[in-house]
Amino acid sequence: MNKKWVGTNVPRKEGIEKVTGKSKYIDDLTFPDMIYGITVRSDVPRGTIRKIHFADNINWDEFTIVTIEDIPGENVVTLIESDQPFLADKEIRHQQEPILLLAHPDKSLLEEARRSIRIEVDELPAIFNIEESLNKKQIIYSDDNIIKEYLITKGNTDDVWDSAYKIVSEEYHTGAQEQLYIENNGMIAIANDEEVTVWGSMQCPYYIHKALMPLFDLPAEKIRIIQTATGGGFGGKEEYPSIIAGHAALLARKAQKPVKLMYDRAEDMVATTKRHPSHTRQKIAVDENGKLLAIDIDFVLDGGAYTTLSAVVLSRGAIHAAGPYACENIRIRARAVATNTPPQGAFRGFGAPQSIFAFERHLDLVAKQLNMCPVEFRKQNFLQQGSLNATGQKIEEEVRLDKVLDLALEKSQYFAKKKQFAVHNSQKNVKTYKGVGLASFYHGAGFTGSGEVYLASIVGARLTADGKVKVLAASTEIGQGTNTIFSQIAADALGIDYDMVEIETPDTSKVPNSGPTVASRTCMIVGKLVESAVCGIRDTLLKSNLLTSEYTSQQFITASKKYLEDFGELKIFVKYKPPAGIHWDEKNYRGSAYSAYAWAVYVAEVSVDKYTYEMQVDDFVAVQEVGEVVHPILAQGQIEGGVAQGIGYALYEDVVWRNGQMANNQMTNYIIPTSLDAPDIRVFFSEPFQPGGVRKGIGELPMDGTAPAVISAVENATGKHVCHVPLRPEDLMMLYRKET
Amino acid sequence: MEEKKNLSQKEISRRSFLKGAGIASVGAVIATTASVDIKADTKNDSDVIGKNGISCEFDVNGKKYAQKVPPRTTLAELLREDLNLTGTKVVCDRGACGACTVIVDGKSVCSCMTLAIDSAGKKIETIEGLANGDELHPLQEAFVNHDALQCGFCTPGMVMSCKNLLDHNAQPTLPEVRKAVSGNLCRCGTYPHVFKAVMDVSGKKGE
Repeated sequence: MNKKWVGTNVPRKEGIEKVTGKSKYIDDLTFPDMIYGITVRSDVPRGTIRKIHFADNINWDEFTIVTIEDIPGENVVTLIESDQPFLADKEIRHQQEPILLLAHPDKSLLEEARRSIRIEVDELPAIFNIEESLNKKQIIYSDDNIIKEYLITKGNTDDVWDSAYKIVSEEYHTGAQEQLYIENNGMIAIANDEEVTVWGSMQCPYYIHKALMPLFDLPAEKIRIIQTATGGGFGGKEEYPSIIAGHAALLARKAQKPVKLMYDRAEDMVATTKRHPSHTRQKIAVDENGKLLAIDIDFVLDGGAYTTLSAVVLSRGAIHAAGPYACENIRIRARAVATNTPPQGAFRGFGAPQSIFAFERHLDLVAKQLNMCPVEFRKQNFLQQGSLNATGQKIEEEVRLDKVLDLALEKSQYFAKKKQFAVHNSQKNVKTYKGVGLASFYHGAGFTGSGEVYLASIVGARLTADGKVKVLAASTEIGQGTNTIFSQIAADALGIDYDMVEIETPDTSKVPNSGPTVASRTCMIVGKLVESAVCGIRDTLLKSNLLTSEYTSQQFITASKKYLEDFGELKIFVKYKPPAGIHWDEKNYRGSAYSAYAWAVYVAEVSVDKYTYEMQVDDFVAVQEVGEVVHPILAQGQIEGGVAQGIGYALYEDVVWRNGQMANNQMTNYIIPTSLDAPDIRVFFSEPFQPGGVRKGIGELPMDGTAPAVISAVENATGKHVCHVPLRPEDLMMLYRKET
Repeated sequence: MEEKKNLSQKEISRRSFLKGAGIASVGAVIATTASVDIKADTKNDSDVIGKNGISCEFDVNGKKYAQKVPPRTTLAELLREDLNLTGTKVVCDRGACGACTVIVDGKSVCSCMTLAIDSAGKKIETIEGLANGDELHPLQEAFVNHDALQCGFCTPGMVMSCKNLLDHNAQPTLPEVRKAVSGNLCRCGTYPHVFKAVMDVSGKKGE
């Protein structure tokens, strides 16, 4: 196949609409007769609802009020486990539990009404963190607070400890992180007893579709979900929008009017999901040459009050926990535990940033105790072609992680900088300490294990009336470039112009279920299906003798129009087929966890103010092998964005918990990197390991290695061993105080 | 529990302060701007001035709009809800993120923190006013060319901050660009592309 579009920087499909302010996001839409909704929530973390009081300063007759009595079907948010209600019945498990819904034509009256409802609750003692949950201070989930547990074993770690040259143990913690997509969550719904339609900001239309069928007790064809332009997701709009859509639709059904339910920023931050906080215990045995002999990891995530996606976040975290390193003996115990905080959820990286942070930091510590260069130590343990990773998956491709490393070292001038900074830091009169740090890692793309097989994604393509091709997929454009890359891939598969490919709006009445827009799977998995679907269109035109094997874009249009004239329409659907040689043993967590891995080495350079302990990332080099790069500028943007979020995760983004909920739920006091904080992020794509246009995911990759690289650099600058993120200046100050 | 209430009360009071300040500033607006006429509406209610709206004239992107607005209405609300100019986005509603940035009399402001009546009679520029029909403003073109946007939600505010910079400083340095957009939060992390786009328009490529 000649590639004319893939690999080039074509203009983003929706670029002009976005720079002119014409893109319509959910809050930009108004329907005739539309009213506004609001959610009344619990304000205790755990308890039993006794009574609901409506104050008499409000004329409640003017309001639409939805209670559990108004739910026509099942009161559960269908996801992995059906344990979370749309509206709390009796039991309250966290402070932001939705209890009632209100709607009114005048939105300025909603807040006062919300405050005029008092939920009388018999409070129960609550637990707020991993320690309290593991210690069973209160049992709040099942009989042991464990939402999910996995054990990955390879070889036998217990045989190694006694004979090892050195054993190094340490504990690592990571904090919660707010996705902070710039567009707040929101939905508009129209509903009656027979059908429900919801428009809104989302990543996964079919997740909402699946959750609303049982809620309204309606068949698939009576529920319609439509994505509007979406201002970022990063995982934060993967599962929670199902709840908002359900609420908006319940209000709309009761009011018999369109209902808009928008969260303001404070509500969005306090009530919706975040990255799971984690605790990890590391124990590593090495021989005198620095060969990894045994790795024992105990990885725990705080899942919050309900199951939601914690089981799969945990799974990805566990599988990535031992990184891209070869070791004969590995034991990874992973648990997600319940607490009385709002459920944690998907966020770019999905468990991997937590476990990779712990492992990469620990490798630095092991290298230090061996008196070895952390780079050499890593390099000699890298997975190679033919090695088995933690789950026993044989690495089939010709991995050249050492080449990726070499490029990162060269571009960052790692060794020269290290020497230079050592001299700089030893001078008495300097105001800042400088340091350089590195992390090497890999990220599996697509759903874990048999996930893609179960999903069985479908993509379609059809001819439009003017002879062009329209891609039919539920994969959403959330800023990452879905519409652009699908068009490039389809145009090349067909040998036609980029502008001749259109993308259907993700609307469940028009597009098949191509799976959720998550797990860095859109380009790799769904992109491949787009290719097959449009090839089906071409093959049909060829078989109908309307095209010959060589054709121009114009000839394609002519043939398409003729086909439509003769046969009415042409639609082709294709279904995912797993690649050969992929086997996954779900029970024992062995086998091919992912069909492809992206590989990377990141280097950060920081300066630390000697007096204020303020830390600044001065330079960042991100080198990765991601297979074929479909759109270099978009891909670069994905890496830069992930690195910026990773810098925030490492240094700035501190979720302050108070009584089980986020206390700093504003953009004024939850700090993310601004244009002044983001360093020059220098992005390089290494030559693909495999020929033939293999594509791997890139969306989540940059989130994995940034924080460990940054913290490694801080350690290089200060000599302090840092075991947690976020690392605030005051935390660093305390590390200095500890020593004196 | 108590702490939570205090926190939310504090937020409310900040907001109420702004809206209260709106009422107080009406007098000042009358004094300086001929386009505001509150006389007709103040008779009904002796406590609240302009309860039923104050007649104002707004100049948005060179177009005049006669509009009756309650004093508490923010400029962002006026633009989005009354004039249906939804390109301007509201995100934090606290002046922290810059998504609602518009230009008023040659100064970039957070329209969520500006009262509509304070902008009456002034020259208001929004994202909708930049392109000339289908012809993009050079800055918009540069944003598209450098892919200085991903999800696009901070983009209108980001573009307006950049325009305001270039209006006053046609050839900014990179640190000046960084500073000019430091109040515009972009979670997709498109900052480097924004810098390139602005430098490109200013003719200082590759700096």
